[in-house]
Amino acid sequence: MTGLKADLGVWRGEFAIGVALSIEPGQTVALLGPNGAGKTTTLEALTGLIPLDSGRIELDGKTLDEPNRGLFVPPEQRHIGVVFQDHVLFPHLSAVDNVAFGLRSRGSGRQAARRKAGEWLERLGVGPLADRKPAEISGGEAQRVALARALVTDPVLLLLDEPLSALDATTRVDLRRLLADHLSEFSGPSLLITHDPAEAFLLADQIHVIEDGAITQTGTADDIRLSPSTKYAADLVGLNLFEGSTSGGTVTIGGHQLHAADTATTGAVLVTVHPRAISIHRSRPEGSPRNTWETTVLRIEHYGDRVRLQLGVPLALTAEITPGSEQALEIKEGTSVWISIKATEVDLQSQ
Amino acid sequence: MTRRRRNPLGVVILAAIGLAFFALPLVGLLTRAPWTDLPHLLTSEVVLDALRLSLISSLIATSLSALLGVPLALMLARAEFPGRSLVRGLVLLPLVLPPVVAGTALLFTLGRRGVIGQPLNEATGLVLPFSIWGVVIAATLVAMPFLVITVESAVRNLDPKFERAATTLGAGRWEVLRRVTLPMIGPSLAAGLLLAWARAFGEFGATITFAGNLQGRTQTLPLAVFVALEQDRDTAVAISLVMVAISLGVLVLLRDRWWRAR
Repeated sequence: MTGLKADLGVWRGEFAIGVALSIEPGQTVALLGPNGAGKTTTLEALTGLIPLDSGRIELDGKTLDEPNRGLFVPPEQRHIGVVFQDHVLFPHLSAVDNVAFGLRSRGSGRQAARRKAGEWLERLGVGPLADRKPAEISGGEAQRVALARALVTDPVLLLLDEPLSALDATTRVDLRRLLADHLSEFSGPSLLITHDPAEAFLLADQIHVIEDGAITQTGTADDIRLSPSTKYAADLVGLNLFEGSTSGGTVTIGGHQLHAADTATTGAVLVTVHPRAISIHRSRPEGSPRNTWETTVLRIEHYGDRVRLQLGVPLALTAEITPGSEQALEIKEGTSVWISIKATEVDLQSQ
Repeated sequence: MTRRRRNPLGVVILAAIGLAFFALPLVGLLTRAPWTDLPHLLTSEVVLDALRLSLISSLIATSLSALLGVPLALMLARAEFPGRSLVRGLVLLPLVLPPVVAGTALLFTLGRRGVIGQPLNEATGLVLPFSIWGVVIAATLVAMPFLVITVESAVRNLDPKFERAATTLGAGRWEVLRRVTLPMIGPSLAAGLLLAWARAFGEFGATITFAGNLQGRTQTLPLAVFVALEQDRDTAVAISLVMVAISLGVLVLLRDRWWRAR
């Protein structure tokens, strides 16, 4: 296995994408970007649903598309597993027949295909639903069936197109865990397409931020979180995101503790604090915000009408203030400040 | 329990008049029915020949409509080609044209002296107009448009995402058509087939113009009714009742599929 090497050039009227991707076998890469950034076009180009205008796709040592040399492998011969946003299960087929579909297309006998499909439904915890039609199961169950359908043929590449975004919050947590397990088991390269930073951070080894058809930043979750290189990245990705655990409203992140208004959640959580929810003071703040401590401004970045401050120990936070506050507070790199966060602004999501 | 929304009284009254429009002719037919003679009238050679011919020719016409009409519908719904509106107009023309005009057109094309009919006749000795094939061709011409419009609109409304998903699962074009497209438009296809069959079963004008009116060879039930009206009104009523019974039976039997397609 040599993974995926792709240099995708597609022009569609006004819209164009130029995206270079390289994914090692066993690695999961996320393509994170807003709607209309070219995520879907990237997926369609990789699957062969649209041909490239320029560039090249090489998967597992085989060239799938290279317009310069007139090479194009049609989608049905590419052996790429796709999990679509709204599952796209065939409504006229039962769950087991949906999963067996790809095996049948690739020449398996009916009985063998159904048996293997049944095993995969079991592995994904939806074995008892084998004979139900997609209309008779829930969204989360349907997405499990869809994952089974994508994995059962042992694809060379796995593409996940917003796999969790059509689900409600509770189901999303369950399915994200399941997805994480299966991504780590999957031996080929995986590409996760998403607009949800949390999804990308939790599931991917490496993140590409895509905007207007081009990749604007590549790195790990921390790279992008701590130094977003564009306004979009700063806005949507530059959240303060930590993995921690919580009990009765006390959240532990590494050695540090935070107070959250949410006392009901317990166990492992994803903690988010929006940069604008962090107040900056030059002296110990009045009143009693539960979360307050002294720290140092490590770096200052200007994004138009906003200023982002990278804060140091005990918790690597990003805070956002206005240029006016920056001047009024006389903040420079190295300045010592007090910060405070209301407990209601500490957002917890079960993992 | 949810309460149904009520229609205004005016709507109810007009609907009742509309219903009467359909029901009263049937009542007229039933009151004139020669009930005691019915078994005797309906087992006459003329009626049995016409019944057999009608059933066989309408079923063949429906099959032909499916074989040729589904591909036409797929092309109209999915393919981009110049003159598509013209093609659609041509296909739907028999819906608005008087069947007798369709029959006349067939006569000058496939008739013994027709543009295609004459060379066909000289080469094979086949005379379409006075054979069951003439009946089938006339019925197919008027019936197929019903199938084409039903299937075309179903294909148009089918979200292509399912076919794309099938493609990524390794299915080639034929396989996608056979395992995804056709099953997914199944209810509409059934409705289209039913409409086409009903139209073929009741076909009169194009048949009598093109295929003629030979008992046992081209005389279908509607033609037999027409002939009987001149000579023997009881037989005409009896045959009409048979047609009503068969048509109503089919419509009621397939009602579930029909409704689901809507």
